[in-house]
This record gives sequence, structure tokens and C-alpha cells, in this order.
Amino acid sequence: MAISRRIVLHFPERLVEQPIICRLARDFNLEFNILKAAVTPNEEGLLVLELNGEQKDYDRGIQYLTETGIRIQSLSQNVIRNEERCTHCGACITICPTGAFIIEPSTRLVDFSDTKCIVCGLCIKACPLRAMELKF
Amino acid sequence: MAKTIAEINEKIRKGQAVVVTAEKIIEVVEEKGVKRAAEEVDVVTTGTFGPMCSSGAFLNIGHSKPRIKLGGGKVYLNDVPVYTGLAAVDIFLGVTALPEDDPRNKFYPGEFNYGGGHVIEELVAGKDIRLVATAYGTDCYPRKKLETLINIRDINEAVLFNIRNAYQNYNVAVNLSDRTRYTYMGVLKPNLGNANYSTAGQLSPLLNDPYYKTIGIGTKIFLGGGIGYVAWQGTQHNPNVLRRDNGVPRRPAGTLSVIGDLKQMKPEWLRGTSMLGYGSTITVGIGVPIPILSEEILRYTAVKDADIITPIVDYSEAYPQRKPDILGEVSYARLKSGRIEVQGKEVPTASLSSYPRAVEIAQILKEWIQKGEFLLSELVAPLPGVESGITFKNLEERPIEGR
Ligand code: SF4
Ligand code: SF4
Repeated sequence: MAISRRIVLHFPERLVEQPIICRLARDFNLEFNILKAAVTPNEEGLLVLELNGEQKDYDRGIQYLTETGIRIQSLSQNVIRNEERCTHCGACITICPTGAFIIEPSTRLVDFSDTKCIVCGLCIKACPLRAMELKF
Repeated sequence: MAKTIAEINEKIRKGQAVVVTAEKIIEVVEEKGVKRAAEEVDVVTTGTFGPMCSSGAFLNIGHSKPRIKLGGGKVYLNDVPVYTGLAAVDIFLGVTALPEDDPRNKFYPGEFNYGGGHVIEELVAGKDIRLVATAYGTDCYPRKKLETLINIRDINEAVLFNIRNAYQNYNVAVNLSDRTRYTYMGVLKPNLGNANYSTAGQLSPLLNDPYYKTIGIGTKIFLGGGIGYVAWQGTQHNPNVLRRDNGVPRRPAGTLSVIGDLKQMKPEWLRGTSMLGYGSTITVGIGVPIPILSEEILRYTAVKDADIITPIVDYSEAYPQRKPDILGEVSYARLKSGRIEVQGKEVPTASLSSYPRAVEIAQILKEWIQKGEFLLSELVAPLPGVESGITFKNLEERPIEGR
């Protein structure tokens, strides 16, 4: 059965330079689209992928990724902003690896665009007001 | 033109005072010039909303039956320890206090999700707070244990008393090292990954009155959504720093100690705050009105972000090791552009203090004054100025042995 899944990969620093995704395509016969790539403050690599292929290839591919030491997160989670708690300070702006927070120049209000969010979770603890929340 | 506070108050009472925010006054001066602006404007309102750690509240919780002497005992509010070295039922709740079982930085970086600042926010919001106390018992105060809910409505006094708030200018924090640093200036990414600052800049109270000509002991202010007063200069008040020609300090300088009745404050303006890997604190809203008593005072209030500069400090080495080195100076206008240059590298910037909320505070204070609800106070005494000769002291350690 052919399937299509979106996942977030968290690479430890030592794996950032490895050709892991190439192997994923070559050895497991999976097609991939890179939706987003970034490096976090801890020098961890972040990759959001769309994977297409057969279910059994997908399962083997995921197993391979897990064995390399990559942390995998499915995109069924969501990060939302608790508008009541957000003070629009802007501390999250340079934390987010994908630029999901943008300052509106005239009012200096901080706009959160959840379509850019890859649910890396970095803003959750970095927001001093704890306004960013993980929803399942 | 020189006006007096009494004259301005007369206009406020009649609903005729002209009040503008410290942001708006910049335009007014550009349009009309200093002289006319000083004639027309009576009050300029300032505001700031940022994390301020030297904050806390004194509470008098009332006497239980039978009585208990909390002084010298142990008291927790929602598991957060409070200071009891006072009389029987007076306690002090500091915003950086943490529950004893908080792992702190044992799991680095610690999250510090709940501390004294969060208790204050919940107290002000009218929520019941769990009080657990143990005491040693005396003839007149026999109780040794107390467990009860308390509510801000029912306790005798709840006084916010912040010994140092509203810093006049503050460092920009960066990280030159190769690992993330978790600081009171937020998360600093390695190798100059970001630069954090914390100020309302052109709206900030003491940047609009650089020589403390109007803000002093007794100044009535917006504090935490209610009314408060400047009680004293804040700790580390340091007027003798480098200044620009416009009088604005180029380094962290003056500070304010503020006081007010917590019962009339609002939780939106006193927010429990958690600095990852550093600790818990509170974000405090403060707004100070500046009476336009002269052209000189008005000129100070027209200060712009471009005219305020501040040092860039490395928080991986210089700050923790107390080295005086700075990596340069930068204006708030630059910082607000989103990028600055440090050591030839473009560094994205972020603020810890909320500018939109500072605007809102200045706006609320302006409305209070326009409606005649808020009169200005006369100073009881000025804050120590440049002439005071105050110097900033570091702790030079001395060995204890042999004493
Ligand atoms: S750090 Fe938190 S409070 Fe500040 S703007 Fe971002 S989400 Fe809002
Ligand atoms: S979880 Fe937060 S930091 Fe991560 S991508 Fe989404 S908004 Fe950005």
C-alpha cells in the first residue's frame, strides 16, 4: 500500500553532516520532499520531510532513521499560542528556526504564523511567559 | 513658560490637561518645535513592561485562632517558600523564590515554570492560595502548624514593594562561545547567534528623565495596573555613568524602588515569568508621568530610540567573570531594526521587554490623567543625581579565617 507521511527529524550534531536522507531514498525506495530544514540553537539539525512510498518500505526507513540516533516526531502535534498570556515581547523571534514569529514594524506586535511552524518545540520553554503550548 | 505641578493638577481636575505619550511627543516636537510643545503639553506619559527580578510583596495574613507566630518559622505559599523574619503574621514573598522540590538546574536547562512571581500573579487574580506553615510555638502564639487557603480579599495587607525596577538603560546580551547560554537575558545562541535586549527605549521612564529632574521619591505612578509610588532610588542606582550629550546614560544607570497596594493591581500587568535555565521572576508594568515644567524637561521626553545607545556584552565570558569589556555600542533604533552588527557579523535581535505593552501602559496612564482620575504628586525628595558621587561597588572578597 502506498502512503504519504509528514515527519520532523531531529538530528544530533554528530549526524548533521551524514548523507542519511540519500540512503533513505536509495536503500528504502522512498521518495522525499524537504519541506523545511534548519539548525537549532543547540546545533541540532531539523528537517521536515514528506515521505512517499510503500508502507513496508516506510516502516523499514523509519526503523533505519531511529537506529542512526535521529529523533522522529510526527506532524500530528500542533504548537499554538495562548493569546491571553503572550505579551508580544518578541523573545521567541530569534529562537524559532523557521521564522514563524514576525514583528509587525509599526505596532511591534508579534505575529505567529502557524503554517511556518514545524513543531520543533523550541519556543515552548524559551517563551518567558509560557505562552506557547503543545497540543495533540 | 515654567509651569508648576499645582498648575498642571488644576488643569487635570478641570479635564483640560494636555497629555501625550513619550512616543507621541517625538512627533509633536518635530512638528511644533520644543518651545511650542513645552507650552502646549502638560504631561508626558512613559511605560515599560519587562521582567524585573528584584520584586516582591509583603503580606499580613491575619491572626489564626489559636494564634501562630510565623516569624522564625517556615511558610509556603503554593509550595513557594516566603521570608518569615518579621513579626507574627507578616511575610515577604519574593518573585525568584522556588518550590523546594523544583529541580532547578539539575536537569539543565531548568524550566522554572512556577515561582514567587507566579504566586503573586495568582494572588492578584483573586485565586485562593495554599498556605502551609510550621512554627516553634510560644506562650502567646501556641500554634505550631497551619494549613489553610488564603485570598487577597481577606488578608489585611498585600503590598507590592519592588526594591529595584525600571532600569535606566540596559545591556544587549550576546554569546561568543560555542554553546547555548541560558541567562536572565534569555536564551543566547552560540557564536553570536542572537542578541537580546530589554527596554522600552524611547518610552522607558528614566530614559525620558535622564537627570531625575521630575521622577523622585513620592512620584505617583502606574504600577501593576494600579497606582503606586516611587519609594526610593532602586538598589544599584548608579547615576555616574557615561552619558551622551542629550544626558541619556550609555550604560545601565538609575533604578527605581516602587511600592503600591497589590489589592488594586491587575494580573495582566504582573505576570509570572520563567527564564529557561535561569529562574522564575515577574514581568512588571510601570508607567511614570512626567510633568512638563520647563522646555528642558520637554526636550528630555522627546528622546528617540536612535538617540539612546547601550553596550553589547558577552554573556558567555565577560558578564559571568565580571570583566568590564564590551563589544561595542548600539542604538535602540538599530536593535529594533531586527539586526545589528557585532564583530563584523550580522546578528538577529530580540527583545525581552514588550514594546506594545509599554505603549498600552503609557496610553492607560494618559487616559487616567485626561479623565481627571490621576493627579500628579509633588516630589518628597529627589533621587541621588550625578552630583551625589555614588559609585557602583563590586564585592571584593576577603578571607574569613582568623576572625
Ligand atoms: S516569547 Fe512568548 S510572550 Fe513573548 S512574543 Fe513570543 S510567544 Fe509572546
Ligand atoms: S515550535 Fe515554535 S520554535 Fe519551533 S517551529 Fe514552531 S513556532 Fe518555531
